[in-house]
Amino acid sequence: MAEEIKITVTRYNPDKEAELKTQTFTIPYHNDWSILDGLNYIKAELDGTLTYRWSCRMAVCGSCGMMVNGTPRLTCSTYLNEFYPGEITIEPLANFPIIRDLVVDLTDFMDKLKEVKPWIIRKNKSDENDTSKEYIQTTAQMDKYYQQTLCINCTLCYAACPVYGLHPDFIGPAVIALGYRYNNDSRDQGKDERRKFLASEDGVWKCTVVGDCTEVCPKHVDPSAVIQRTKVDNATNWFFSFLKGKK
Amino acid sequence: MDIINHDILIVGGGGAGLRAAIAISQMSPSLKTAVISKVYPMRSHTVAAEGGSAAVLNDDDTHDLHAYDTIKGSDYLADQDAVEVFVRDATNEVRQIERWGCPWNREEDGTIAARWFGGMSRKRTLHAADKTGFHLLHALFQTSLKFDTLKRYDEWHVCALLVDNGKVGGVLALNTRTGVFSILSAKAVILCTGGVGRMYAFTSNAGIKTADGAALTYRAGGPIKDMEFIQFHPSGLMRTGILITEASRGEGGYLFNKDGKRFLENYAPSKMELAPRDIVSRSIIEEILAGRGFKGTYGSYIHLDLRHLGEAKIMEKLPMVRELCLDFAGMDPVYDPIPIRPTMHYTMGGIHCDKDGKTPMPGLFSAGEAACVSIHGANRLGSNSLTELLVFGARAGRTAVEYVSTAKPVSADKLQSLAKDRMDFIQKRYMKAGNGKEKIGAILSELRKTMDEKVGIYRTEEPLKEAIQIIQKLKERFNKITLTQQSRVFNTELTAAMELDNMLEIAHVIAMCAQVRKESRGGHARKDYPTRNDEQFLHHSLTYQGKDGPRRETFPVTITKWQPEERKY
Repeated sequence: MAEEIKITVTRYNPDKEAELKTQTFTIPYHNDWSILDGLNYIKAELDGTLTYRWSCRMAVCGSCGMMVNGTPRLTCSTYLNEFYPGEITIEPLANFPIIRDLVVDLTDFMDKLKEVKPWIIRKNKSDENDTSKEYIQTTAQMDKYYQQTLCINCTLCYAACPVYGLHPDFIGPAVIALGYRYNNDSRDQGKDERRKFLASEDGVWKCTVVGDCTEVCPKHVDPSAVIQRTKVDNATNWFFSFLKGKK
Repeated sequence: MDIINHDILIVGGGGAGLRAAIAISQMSPSLKTAVISKVYPMRSHTVAAEGGSAAVLNDDDTHDLHAYDTIKGSDYLADQDAVEVFVRDATNEVRQIERWGCPWNREEDGTIAARWFGGMSRKRTLHAADKTGFHLLHALFQTSLKFDTLKRYDEWHVCALLVDNGKVGGVLALNTRTGVFSILSAKAVILCTGGVGRMYAFTSNAGIKTADGAALTYRAGGPIKDMEFIQFHPSGLMRTGILITEASRGEGGYLFNKDGKRFLENYAPSKMELAPRDIVSRSIIEEILAGRGFKGTYGSYIHLDLRHLGEAKIMEKLPMVRELCLDFAGMDPVYDPIPIRPTMHYTMGGIHCDKDGKTPMPGLFSAGEAACVSIHGANRLGSNSLTELLVFGARAGRTAVEYVSTAKPVSADKLQSLAKDRMDFIQKRYMKAGNGKEKIGAILSELRKTMDEKVGIYRTEEPLKEAIQIIQKLKERFNKITLTQQSRVFNTELTAAMELDNMLEIAHVIAMCAQVRKESRGGHARKDYPTRNDEQFLHHSLTYQGKDGPRRETFPVTITKWQPEERKY
């Protein structure tokens, strides 16, 4: 008999019932199938109502993050063979409201993303659309922020962050990393405009340096380190502004 | 039904849609503009483009050279006036996206760097490592957030264009989150919905690439153009079809057959691995057919070898290639050659429009892969499509602004009655509690198999005719589908049904146009008609929905100063 593997998924349909349930499917086991391949098999062959997000299936669009046996993972690049012959439990990303089955509500994240002003800010506004020449930026200057450009907004770090779980107002790892990315881009002059948000009560100071965000990040953005650097930067800034008599 | 009013509605939040949105927001912040997308914009498939974006920046290069390369690459089916506009605007657009934060790789002096790409006679492909589409999309999306006037409908699915006497007045759309249908009215609608990739089984395309824009236009009576021209990218990762960028050859990678020979010397000796994609893909298939491929669990393949580039260069220029190989093929290109074969990659054809994004239907505009301007003709050169998103996204946006300054909206009453008709159709076609036994998954897999086998890299008369018959049968079977659920919140079974319906409609057009075009040109290679036939086929195919299937007309190709010549590399 062909090999099989059991996948248990969270089910929730607000049209029908108020409570979360689980359902277990048995699917054929292939050692080169991703968990997403498994979910797609269930949807095509066993139960068309199973609901989840996916798109690129190459770990760059950021759609398919779910809790896999308790850890936030991209399901397109997590394989059945990591768990076989054990069972797999798939739940929606933790710390977010659930819309249906494995689909969570990202409204809060999307709002925060905008609030950090993730675009190049110039003192002279006409710089922003001057196409006569590019800004000069050396590779060394680019290295100061490049790692933080790699965030795919998959929100695994929010699902992993115990602080966000307790305080949903916390700006959170990916958005702070994005603020850092622009603050450290030599083309940008908007650091002061972002400070109020990043150093607010719900900003960097809420982070208690657990480090789970960095652990689960599939793109090595290292939000944890960035948050600590932003803290130092803001403390220093506060100190200097104090010396200058601004506060 | 609810009506939400807009001046301009952009369907699709990928590169072209966002570039259009920014152009409009900058030009006319007072206009009510919205982007409606079936996924969050940063999930759009632009995100997966890897190698780069072509534009003339260096002193040793000229716009004419870029134009000539593009036209020769297109096998002379590109409209040359449009190509001239494209290469000129490209230079500004790549600098503009730099000013919006795109982290282009740099030369030592801090200016933007370029790399080699297939069919390009100069180094003109700008890149952000091998994640160029990702960086470009996020730079556009993040920049778009600064315009408070720009509204977004994330995870809304457009079900139909609302058309009054040929004039577009908005769309009927489903908010997937709530399951509620609404009318989004607009004086101008810009379709930026991407290509048709998912109707093929072996494809580099994301799950969302389901021919939506072409199908919306086609059902609304508009023409779609050159649909038979499908690009197969030479290097799809075995099993999944995931893209391994052409930049891996641009940076010096080799293709080997199982005899250890760089076989391109038999097909394109002057360009070798950097010949255009159609030629490299066919060469790989020829090698495999001649028994010179490697054999594996998922069929035959050849080797893309990067080992001689060394780990440092691979990590600097091709980090994503390495990531993809490790994650999706379980091998490391630093130490082993990559197993690849051609993968369906790009739709050259699309919604018929001109170089300003204007379609023949008043109020309807298009840009990006969904559109067919045409600058790519029968074969697109690698790295011209990211640039296309920027250039024609911006142009379509500006054209729409101009159009709405004088256009009158379609009346609310009229929109209500149009929407009611469409709603009845949707209820009946997709949401009926029928007793049919057909399943979406089964029809989709047969469609994908058919397109791979009969409308693939090489085409011949009989298989094409069979494909048309199979697609017609699949359409009949589609009439008997039953959804297993009628619930409202996030009903992905319903959206999958609508997507499959779109793909069936457009697959029919592709197969039919491929059968009618009895010549070989660019990405359309007929085994039974192996040469280009300018006398009979130097024209675009325009297709309309007819009573009994697609109705094909022809449309002239614009030639300015480059006369068709034999295409050799």
